[in-house]
Amino acid sequence: MSTNGTDNGKETSTFLVKAGLAQMLKGGVIMDVVTDEQAKIAEDAGACSVMALERVPADIRADGGVARMSDPAMIEAIMRAVTIPVMAKVRIGHFIEAKILEAIGIDYIDESEVLTPADEEHHVWKHDFKVPFVCGCRDLGEALRRIGEGAAMIRTKGEAGTGDVVEAVRHMRTVMKQIRRVQLMGDDELTAYAKEIGASLDLLRETKRLGRLPVVNFAAGGVATPADAALMMHLGADGVFVGSGIFKSGDPSERGKAIVKAVTHYDDPEAIAEASKGLGEPMVGISARSLAPGQELATRGW
Amino acid sequence: MTATATVGVLALQGDFQEHCVALRGLGASVVEVRKAEELDAIDALIIPGGESTSMAKLMDAYGMRAPLQAFPRGGRPLWGTCAGLILMASRLEEDRPEPLGLMDATVRRNGFGRQIDSFETELAITGIPGDPVHAVFIRAPVIVETGPGVETLAALADDTPVVVRQGNLLASAFHPELTGDARMHRYFLEMLPVGVVP
Repeated sequence: MSTNGTDNGKETSTFLVKAGLAQMLKGGVIMDVVTDEQAKIAEDAGACSVMALERVPADIRADGGVARMSDPAMIEAIMRAVTIPVMAKVRIGHFIEAKILEAIGIDYIDESEVLTPADEEHHVWKHDFKVPFVCGCRDLGEALRRIGEGAAMIRTKGEAGTGDVVEAVRHMRTVMKQIRRVQLMGDDELTAYAKEIGASLDLLRETKRLGRLPVVNFAAGGVATPADAALMMHLGADGVFVGSGIFKSGDPSERGKAIVKAVTHYDDPEAIAEASKGLGEPMVGISARSLAPGQELATRGW
Repeated sequence: MTATATVGVLALQGDFQEHCVALRGLGASVVEVRKAEELDAIDALIIPGGESTSMAKLMDAYGMRAPLQAFPRGGRPLWGTCAGLILMASRLEEDRPEPLGLMDATVRRNGFGRQIDSFETELAITGIPGDPVHAVFIRAPVIVETGPGVETLAALADDTPVVVRQGNLLASAFHPELTGDARMHRYFLEMLPVGVVP
């Protein structure tokens, strides 16, 4: 990668190091937090990372207007409050917001459709950054385009801020179905398929060889309950982002702990049942189907 | 007379699958461990990389702390990588998580800095013949101090220890499970008691 540093035999910011942090987050829950107090609650609930932002997606939806990168001072306060890695969001294509987050030493950048896109044609060229990026996808082609631009971690887009898991399920199932198809394809078919889905042939071949995406793949967008989280793990997610689902619920600490347990024990229905008991009110949801055209966030990104 | 060993990998959170793949590649019988009772059926255990605070919370939520502390007492090998090293330590410079207190060492979490300071390097490791091991350090802990019974098997150019052993306890600050080089895993399997084969 172009930004590799070498010092005393140490190489920093390599793709292995960037993708490696995502490997360490696997089997874990990344929680959206808007204050350092919430960040501490999330860490205490067992979150493997927190996403620092000014408004959770449900509020971004409710408030309308332009959603931008959060105040760096607020993000730094969260970085000081916890020992787990801290992520923050930039608008699609807004490489200066990304440079700002890199300058304050953020651990991961989410180039996110939840914020209002800054560029309706281009995403950030992520190879040029020392900090790793995570990006959303709805299908294999979109995932591989983002990886081609340098994303070191992928997540489903789902439909953020709804508490409705249906779109995350759709996106995860689509990616997994396409990977299974790719594994049966010959080289000639792969070339045609790469063209069809708008993906690099090299990355498509790598996906076929591995039988999975070349980077870690989390579920995101609408996960609100321990059962939702376990469902996504069964569908092939390496871990789960929970945005509005925790701090828009009645008891964030208990719900956070329960979702952490459900991700670890996703294959143990008794453990999920135990974790799901007495959590109080979940976030008030919006059916993804009821969204008017133009209100879907998942269609942002190219 | 030999018995066939089963190696467990603590699968509460983190990159446990990569350890399983490395061990299976060496022909070992491997199980993922998520509950205390599953520790009874294994002959050796790896605590993988991941977030030590998440793992400690889950460990406590499922009553695994005391069984994990008891695990190596009879001589069963235990290896921690990165977060695993943090959890095995006797002392942390930070107030969280509460470590298991097994390895006589003081550890500083994220001791090299944040993610932008994560790095790769080459390491000569005592007991691993051949070329240096390519080592990946990700928000890695620093071993600040070790007790008299702890042997340093590898150190960085500035003498910071990064692989340490205390009898049947092994700990590394980096991630041998991420690079496809199984020599550290082979070394660990050779720590099994005589007569037990992987």
